[in-house]
Amino acid sequence: MTTALLTTAAVEIHDGSRWIRVCDRADLVPGRGVAVLLGTDQVALYLGPDGEPYAVENRDPFSGAHVLARGLLGSRGDVPVLLSPMYRHSFDLRTGVCLDEDFAPDGSPAVLRRWPVRLTEATTAGESR
Amino acid sequence: MLRKELVLVGHGMVGQRFLEALFDRPGADAWRVTVLAEEPRPAYDRVHLTSWFSGTTADELSLCPPEFIAEHGIDLRLGEPAARIDREARTVVTSAGRQLRYDALVLATGSYPFVPPVPGHDAEGCHVYRTIEDLRAIRAGAADAQVGAVVGGGLLGLEAAGALTAMGLRTHVVEFAPRLMALQVDEGGGEVLRRKIEELGVLVHTGAGTQQITTGEDGRVRGMALSDGTELAVDLVVFSAGVRPRDQLARDCGLPVGARGGIVVDERCRTADPHVWAIGECAQAVDGRVYGLVAPGYAMAEAVARELTGDEGSFTGADLSTKLKLLGVDVASFGDAHGTTDGALEVLYANSRSSVYKKLVIGRDGALLGGVLVGDAEAYGMLRPLALSGTPLSVPPEQLVLPASFGAAAGPVVLPDEAVVCSCHNVNRGAVRAAVRDQGCESVAAVKKCTKAGTGCGSCVKLLGTIVDEELAAGGVERSRGMCEHFAHTRAELYEIVRVKGIASFSRLIEEHGAGGTGCDVCKPAVASILASLGNGHILDGEQGALQDTNDHFLANLQRNGSYSVVPRIPGGEITPEKLIVIGEIARDFGLYTKITGGQRIDLFGATVDQLPTVWKRLVDAGFESGHAYGKALRTVKSCVGQTWCRYGVQDSVALAIELELRYRGLRAPHKLKSAVSGCARECAEAQSKDFGVIATSEGWNLYLGGNGGMTPRHADLFAADLDRETLIRTIDRFLMFYIRTADRLERTAPWLERLDGGIEHLRAVIMDDSLGICADLDELMSRHVSTYEDEWAATLAQPERLRRFVSFANAPGVPDPTVRFVPERDQIRPALPGEDGPSPQPALIAGPELEVRTR
Ligand code: SRM
Ligand SMILES: Cc1cc2nc3c(=O)[nH]c(=O)nc-3n(C[C@H](O)[C@H](O)[C@H](O)COP(=O)(O)OP(=O)(O)OC[C@H]3O[C@@H](n4cnc5c(N)ncnc54)[C@H](O)[C@@H]3O)c2cc1C
Ligand code: SF4
Ligand code: FES
Repeated sequence: MTTALLTTAAVEIHDGSRWIRVCDRADLVPGRGVAVLLGTDQVALYLGPDGEPYAVENRDPFSGAHVLARGLLGSRGDVPVLLSPMYRHSFDLRTGVCLDEDFAPDGSPAVLRRWPVRLTEATTAGESR
Repeated sequence: MLRKELVLVGHGMVGQRFLEALFDRPGADAWRVTVLAEEPRPAYDRVHLTSWFSGTTADELSLCPPEFIAEHGIDLRLGEPAARIDREARTVVTSAGRQLRYDALVLATGSYPFVPPVPGHDAEGCHVYRTIEDLRAIRAGAADAQVGAVVGGGLLGLEAAGALTAMGLRTHVVEFAPRLMALQVDEGGGEVLRRKIEELGVLVHTGAGTQQITTGEDGRVRGMALSDGTELAVDLVVFSAGVRPRDQLARDCGLPVGARGGIVVDERCRTADPHVWAIGECAQAVDGRVYGLVAPGYAMAEAVARELTGDEGSFTGADLSTKLKLLGVDVASFGDAHGTTDGALEVLYANSRSSVYKKLVIGRDGALLGGVLVGDAEAYGMLRPLALSGTPLSVPPEQLVLPASFGAAAGPVVLPDEAVVCSCHNVNRGAVRAAVRDQGCESVAAVKKCTKAGTGCGSCVKLLGTIVDEELAAGGVERSRGMCEHFAHTRAELYEIVRVKGIASFSRLIEEHGAGGTGCDVCKPAVASILASLGNGHILDGEQGALQDTNDHFLANLQRNGSYSVVPRIPGGEITPEKLIVIGEIARDFGLYTKITGGQRIDLFGATVDQLPTVWKRLVDAGFESGHAYGKALRTVKSCVGQTWCRYGVQDSVALAIELELRYRGLRAPHKLKSAVSGCARECAEAQSKDFGVIATSEGWNLYLGGNGGMTPRHADLFAADLDRETLIRTIDRFLMFYIRTADRLERTAPWLERLDGGIEHLRAVIMDDSLGICADLDELMSRHVSTYEDEWAATLAQPERLRRFVSFANAPGVPDPTVRFVPERDQIRPALPGEDGPSPQPALIAGPELEVRTR
């Protein structure tokens, strides 16, 4: 058994102090999301039609359920949007702003928190025979 | 400013409209308004009174929000009717003895139901049908009654009969005239109406008078003797034999009334006394008629409101056109419906097979004068204004009555601008066009706001839509029929494109036929469904996986807290004790909430994404399949127990239901599909409320199509009778495939059938007589579906690649979502409310199966 270096494309999110690897590029299907844990925060990760990754909070402000990673991507006019699977609100992927309603039922502004996200070539230690 | 005193007597529909019209005008502040109301509540919508029986509350029926009274400083005295008028002193005395002085007195006292003075008419169990209190009494009486009789087969009588039937009473209608709705429809129309109503189980006696109501020893109604010798055993009677104007106040103070009642007024709705006006059903208009409809009353109210605010108003007569849906049957009459104009000719279309009757009355000069429509009143919105405008027809009259499938080909009907489109608010076509053209109204909603058209009875809304669209098109605004901003095509067009070009992916479709952009939650799932119904493999594979709504994506139904429900298929609702035990064990082991659904199966709620594959593994191992509760696909085929056990059954309804459910399981469609099979005409499986329903007869099976529960319920139409099993199945195959091919996105079969050009006749021609030559195609598509069906959950579990998505967090497989929390209720779980602390799900599980999941 030998130890070798394997190279995979990874997805990294900046949590405010550093870049953290959250999953492989291969975990993302274009147009479909996954949820990842960043400490105790839940982040919805998407690969846009342009091939760019987007990271927004997973909590749907209108239902309070953490389900945004299970929505659909699409476009409204020129705006790339994320469509909530719960009550079908759409959010501008670039800004997190809800395009249908300004406020959530609890009175807070309907804007999703966003995180800086990037694709990198990550090198990990792997094992091969 | 010293204000003058205005007293309104009667706060009914017309009274309220009068107040609204008055306070809409700048001169209204000259008046201090007192309203005397006999009823205990402010004005409400009497026209829709019957909907109270189906759950519309008194509050919802109200026409007068409390703010309205407060804002205008109206002194509204509920339950305090006017008792006497002293015209000399210009005062009104109320039942409470209060004396009110007036400068203007408006009488809007409406009518009272006429009760023929037959012996027993006042026995306990006899009712009238005019106020909410009347309906309360009828409902209370119906609770312990079995058989009801309605005296009077007019508009209201049939409405009352519908209400009694809906409350489960066996119902008779007794009508003195030789036909139903004698005022509105002619003999032919009355015949069709009668047949339709009898089909619904109502027993109709025409040409028969009520001679006596017999009572039991307790003084309660027991029966009814008719003039033709018939004796009916009934325990509840509703009198609906016409109304009489409430003109007593006027008579008592010496104001002239008509020979058959009704306070005589002039064209300004003023009585013989210049300080007293009368409007609505209590008045006899200047044309000598007493109008029993709300629209003429509204016109009178507006005329008087104008006059009292320094303008001029007049009411010289109104049109008696009506369109109704009585017991589900469309009935309309308009203009000179009985052809009384000199030299008038009739153009008639009658089809007793589909119970449609249409008659047009054409004048000597070729202009449309009026008509009667029964069974299909679609054209009413267009024909009424055409008749009232008096302009010659631009198309041959036959074209206006023939079903569209007869290829009525000539050009479109052109309405003149003067044609009144909305008679409730007297708005003509020109005004609607002007609203679109000059006031920037781009939708029916905007036009309603701006012209009030369409806000009364609502019967003109469809025509409004046509006019708005035409006007927008004329102004160069293209109204897209397309599915969404990404496709200018309808779903049916996209289906044809995909089928003909053999397109197998969304990206190719949007690239070649899209209107720009990357798609949305409207077009992506719709295209996914088209691809699936044309047999493009497992719905989670490849690009298709990224198109599905969340429910299809996880093959389960999303719940409010982000957990999912699981519904295994239980064909026909038949299940063995072993399988019941398996479901129980799985629910217990995973701590799921269980409930019997309305579709004869069992729903397990509260599974997290991570749990779905393991729950399903156990279900699949026990022989269960996906129930497609998440998909726009076949849901259930409900059954009743049928001939095998039930003493009335004439066929094995369970076996057929199972066969149908297995045949069509997994079939993707524009919307969900439901079905049911009943073993006899008692219809315990409620087949007539389904997209396709089957009822056993001693000869075979009756097929009903286009039923719907849900928001807009519709009874299915009887499509074919006494079919053998093969013909039945072939017919359903073709029906489903034709629907899938031509329906719009999220259009159930009921609205689709309503919209289908030529209606059910056309459908019969297409799928029974192959008039389009497509039956071989439809058969082939269905046989492809049947032979390629595979259970989506078994197939998903068989491919580790497909299981990757079932994790809460991509970077922490096995960690459940901590925000999905439950609390106990009635011995099971339910989602925790915000702030409620509940345990989050444990990383399962007791005795779960091992699953190979490929994570990279
Ligand atoms: C579970 C169930 C209620 C129950 O506890 O009994 C149910 C639950 C839902 N119904 Fe239903 N309906 C259920 C029977 C019905 C019935 C009765 C029946 O099928 O006999 C009807 C009326 C019949 C009909 O459809 O014509 C019914 C008419 C609707 C409608 C209105 C459809 C319409 O045409 O207006 C919707 C909304 C829609 O589909 O757009 C709906 C939508 C829903 C949804 C999918 C709403 C949603 O998006 O979450 C619910 C899914 C809950 C879940 O997670 O499973 N449900 N729903 C029933 C499941 C039956 C089954 O075994 O599959
Ligand atoms: C079940 C039903 C269905 C109908 N469907 C239709 C339809 O589809 N289309 C249609 O055009 N019309 C329909 N109508 C008729 C429509 O409701 C009437 O034309 C309309 O209500 C007439 O309004 P109104 O104000 O003149 O009389 P009402 O609405 O009857 O109001 C008169 C009010 O005056 C009160 N009143 C009487 N005497 C006094 C007094 N001395 N002092 C104080 N108050 C008094 C009464 O209690 C009543 O509240 C229907 C009627 C019923 C009952
Ligand atoms: S009726 Fe409404 S709340 Fe009840 S199950 Fe159906 S959709 Fe849900
Ligand atoms: S005709 Fe009644 S709302 Fe227009």
